[in-house]
Amino acid sequence: MEHYSMNLTLKVWKQKNSRDKGGFETYQVKDISSEMSFLEMFDVLNEQLITAGKDPVAFDHDCREGICGMCSMYINGKAHGPWSNNTTCQLHMRAFRDGDTVVVEPWRSKAFPVIKDLMVDRTAFDRIIQAGGYISVNTGNAVDANAIPIDKKDADDAFMAAACIGCGACVASCKNSSAMLFVSAKVSQLALLPQGGPERESRVLNMVAQMDKEGFGNCTNTYACEAECPKGISVSNIARMNREYLTAGLSTEE
Amino acid sequence: MIFKDSLTLLAYFCISNFNAQFLNMTWKQFFTSSIGKKITMGLTGLFLICFLVVHCSVNAMIFFNDNGETFNHWAHFMGSNLIIRIMEIGLFVFFVLHIVQGLALWSQNHKARPIKYAMNDAKTNSKWYSRSMGLLGTLILIFLVLHLYHFWTPSRFGGMMGVHELQETTLQDYNNQPVHNLYAEMQLVFRDNLWVVIVYVLGVISLAWHLLHGFQSAFQTFGINHKRYTPIIRCAGIAFSIIVPLVFALMPIAIYLDWVK
Repeated sequence: MEHYSMNLTLKVWKQKNSRDKGGFETYQVKDISSEMSFLEMFDVLNEQLITAGKDPVAFDHDCREGICGMCSMYINGKAHGPWSNNTTCQLHMRAFRDGDTVVVEPWRSKAFPVIKDLMVDRTAFDRIIQAGGYISVNTGNAVDANAIPIDKKDADDAFMAAACIGCGACVASCKNSSAMLFVSAKVSQLALLPQGGPERESRVLNMVAQMDKEGFGNCTNTYACEAECPKGISVSNIARMNREYLTAGLSTEE
Repeated sequence: MIFKDSLTLLAYFCISNFNAQFLNMTWKQFFTSSIGKKITMGLTGLFLICFLVVHCSVNAMIFFNDNGETFNHWAHFMGSNLIIRIMEIGLFVFFVLHIVQGLALWSQNHKARPIKYAMNDAKTNSKWYSRSMGLLGTLILIFLVLHLYHFWTPSRFGGMMGVHELQETTLQDYNNQPVHNLYAEMQLVFRDNLWVVIVYVLGVISLAWHLLHGFQSAFQTFGINHKRYTPIIRCAGIAFSIIVPLVFALMPIAIYLDWVK
């Protein structure tokens, strides 16, 4: 693969806090290696800003290996940048050319208020999980791992849904800021397995109610979420959640 | 509840602990939830799709080239039959529900992102018509108002010529009672009115894009997303979105160009 270095113009969203109006700042970075990750490029920028006595750009990151879902950046009009099935930390600078201008914004959603610069508050997702994204387990002796037979297809589908890292790219990419893909992945991974059975109906009703309360928009099936999801979560999960919701919502007697 | 022994009591608590939050869902909660609103859109949308089939079939009878006799016969049936008239009330209710809910959804979804992206490359992740259902729906609504003014209002509230007055067709089936000559009305509206023809064609083009997303989207909303069924639904949706608007578009064009006699 071709190795090269590049000079870039960055237009980055700067915002002091959630009440600040915010705006774009333009920065120049030089001699960026094509081998660097996008976050390493930001590290270079921040070193540069700190040396010059300026305020560095605040951004979220944790594992830097594509599994934590923290690195929320809207790069050149796409969640996590131009590559598909990818997080920002795994986006390499070879995706860009010398002289490019790169526009970086935080996730835009009423339910994800900006904390500072590129960092957004995604605790709305935590509250949705608290509303029903769990199973009840009795204490006592550890049960044998394979005591409950599970259909291979169901196990595979549950694993596929469980790959969701809760990054919020679905909300960020959706024209309606809908959280349906995230919630449906969490509902699906538990609804597909026998362990999720006891709370199956209350789970979907409570999680959807919490999702609506948080101020996310309504799904209109554009499937932008699936296209931009770094983990390739399928919209078939949304169909499953709709089924779960219909069944639970229409069968309650209270 | 009296428990015979403590073991039963313990067992009861073990089971009931699983249902920490009891289920509670009223009709209002169901239909005002984000999924309930989708279901309303999908159900009313599918009803309107069924309406299009009937509307398109009846109107296509002008192509029999019998000076609108067959068409007028069935148009009279649709306008006078009690059951169809009751269905018409349902049609209006579902139209209003679909429109009001659609506008409410558009407004709510707009508010869910108060600050827009400075740069948004949406064309790489979704189809433009799936993102433009509100706009396409509004264009259809504008067309619908004009369309009702042209045909529905005069047919319901007068101002339309009876066939006997025109002395062009006679309908024996209705005891020689004068019936509304909707075919003559079509001639009146479309012949020599190029702009009206263009507006109608643009109206059905909006409808075609609206259907292209709406048809398959309704099934996803009802939870039907399946390796074997979804490709069939998508194909049927594409076929429907092309055929029905095409037949509709041919009506004003055919009258304008004198293809039907």
